[in-house]
Amino acid sequence: MKTILNNLKIFLFFIFLTGIIYPFFITGISQGLFQNEANGSIISKNGKIIGSSLLAQEFKGKQYFCPRPSMSNYDSSASSASNLSPDSLALSENIAKRALENNLDIKSNDDLLYSSGSGLDPHISPLSAENQIDRIAKARGLSEVKILELKKLVLNYTEHRQFEVLGRTRINVLKLNLELDKKF
Amino acid sequence: MSALDFFEILLCFGTIIILTPILGKYMALVFEGKISFFNSLENVVYRLLGLDTQKEMNWIDYTKNLLVFNLMGFIFVLAILIFQGHLPFNPQHIAGLSIPLAFNVAVSFVTNTNWQSYGGENTMSYFSQMMALGTQNFLSAATGVTVLLALVRGLSRKSIEERESKTLGNFWKDLTRTILFILIPLSILLSIVLVKEGTIQNFSAYIHATTIEGKDQLIPGGPAASQIAIKQLGTNGGGFFNVNSAHPFENPTPLTNWLSLISILLIPAALTYTYGLMIGSKKQGWAIFAAMMITLIIGTIIIIRADLAVNMMEGKETRFGIINSSMWTSWTTAASNGSVNAMISSQAPIAGGIAMLNIMLGEIIFGGVGCGLYGMILFVILTVFLSGLMVGRTPEYLGKKIESREIKMIILAILAPSACILLGSALAISTTAGLSSLSHHGPHGLSEILYAFTSAAGNNGSALAGLNANTNFYNFLLGITMIIGRFAILIPVMAIAGSMVSKKATPASFGTLSTDNPIFVVLLIGVIVIVGALTFLPALSLGPIVEQILMNKGILF
Repeated sequence: MKTILNNLKIFLFFIFLTGIIYPFFITGISQGLFQNEANGSIISKNGKIIGSSLLAQEFKGKQYFCPRPSMSNYDSSASSASNLSPDSLALSENIAKRALENNLDIKSNDDLLYSSGSGLDPHISPLSAENQIDRIAKARGLSEVKILELKKLVLNYTEHRQFEVLGRTRINVLKLNLELDKKF
Repeated sequence: MSALDFFEILLCFGTIIILTPILGKYMALVFEGKISFFNSLENVVYRLLGLDTQKEMNWIDYTKNLLVFNLMGFIFVLAILIFQGHLPFNPQHIAGLSIPLAFNVAVSFVTNTNWQSYGGENTMSYFSQMMALGTQNFLSAATGVTVLLALVRGLSRKSIEERESKTLGNFWKDLTRTILFILIPLSILLSIVLVKEGTIQNFSAYIHATTIEGKDQLIPGGPAASQIAIKQLGTNGGGFFNVNSAHPFENPTPLTNWLSLISILLIPAALTYTYGLMIGSKKQGWAIFAAMMITLIIGTIIIIRADLAVNMMEGKETRFGIINSSMWTSWTTAASNGSVNAMISSQAPIAGGIAMLNIMLGEIIFGGVGCGLYGMILFVILTVFLSGLMVGRTPEYLGKKIESREIKMIILAILAPSACILLGSALAISTTAGLSSLSHHGPHGLSEILYAFTSAAGNNGSALAGLNANTNFYNFLLGITMIIGRFAILIPVMAIAGSMVSKKATPASFGTLSTDNPIFVVLLIGVIVIVGALTFLPALSLGPIVEQILMNKGILF
């Protein structure tokens, strides 16, 4: 009985400390110092919330850069992945289908051939962006000069390795598309 | 692989090697009560709770308190999950969990497994995340450390009074020091950096957005950063979101990815140095560190090479790329941390195989907080015993004789989880209930099942996630496996600590096998690999190994 009582006391103490004090303390600091990040890096346009810079959203229009395929159909409240093995027939069928849709070579190594881990990957690789430029230029009827400007824009929106070392070079699709609408 | 890629990998391993003695020294000071400011702080807590922490406990009392404490955690988590629909901080009005699922999740978080049968953002309320899952992330990690400390005292206490009293320390004191002075401060530091990089931390309802093309988007919220920090540091791994650390709200940038990787191995690695200090020989600690590190490096190289050969971004995130995903799989499965930043199921078959082997070896390549090292010490003692048999001398470790009782306990601790993996998988592949959850045919299907039981028995928590594990069959069977995988090692370890503490220590002589030199490190790795290989090679051959061979021949399933 005494064993139970003693352990119950220390158990409740730590539940209170790690379950209530700790998360509220961190929330307080976060909301004070990094309010935008803590609330989901929300992007607004004309006073309306249009998404988060960290979450992919669907772009079907030919005039936009499109993000990587999503197994959850870009449902940001139900992240999921294909979990298909590299030697599964289903995956090679998916890849073939995506290659056809995006006019890509199956062996081109373009990110658009492969669904992301979260289904919400906000980035594409520079190669992927480059492969889409012709389509976008055609859809928007851009002149040669404008196409050069578009290429420069893509370069400007390319994020490099963090501290020159960590991670991979990438481009945020939503941010790039917003700028695209503004300039072209 | 470019020079930068190589440097990035080196940076991960190098940071662990550099931080090991620093944090290791700090933890030794904390555990031995040598920081007087901390002592006065913890005494306030003990007085407040009216706990007598002066009196030390013998192995039976220590274990009894530990089990009662963990049982309370289990009941508490179970109750919250079942009744979450009626509890506060639930802006999405998520309903309570079914009893089989709640049972599975409660067991999984109490045993430091963090297997995800649940979906995260659409299964758990903020209250459940914080009060049920978040708290257990701290408590289960700290429990691992308490057992380690009891074992260390059992091995290192040598004076007559200590041997006669047979005590191993005070469970509440060890628990309190671990949480207050190690887990909480590190978690605070990590959470703040995570939020700065973009991990969310709020209590708002999910936000409705209208995308540029006019579609509805529901942006999730929640106190994620505080939970993710301890999920990594405590080698837990249960994600706030369904896809775990692949989710941009959990792991938004390459920096958070790197920091998470470091946090996963940090405490288990540093504990080897703490161990060296506490038994009075830093070399012993470094020998264990070396055995772990060499095994980790070999596994990491195999996984990276296999994934680069397949060269597919399926299931991976652009900001991390292939190498960071391979590194993550290698480190998390070595460290008993069930988080993923890429889907293991979509990695090269042999990468999944090495991940499984990492867990099958007993989660001792650094392993979980506390439990990795006590599992490794069992193998050290086993190696001493086997070497003793070869040269015909009574085996000794740290001057204390190894006898039949200890070896019996070690065999029990090694056999119990192995039996769970093989028998559980056998049961699953011979029943419709087991097979109906599969998402792949051919060898990958066997891997899915084998991985699930391996992950549960090793208290890892990651998955070849094609398998639909949220069925009564798997929730129940994997729950039992997790309990055995945790407590059928923990209790024998406590029994060994109890028997070792009363043994007389004899000074080392000419014939004593030294356990702190390179020869011993090689012997130790040999014993670990042989025990693991003998037990699991047949199963692995039919799963990932044959799959890799067939894939290389271009055969698809």
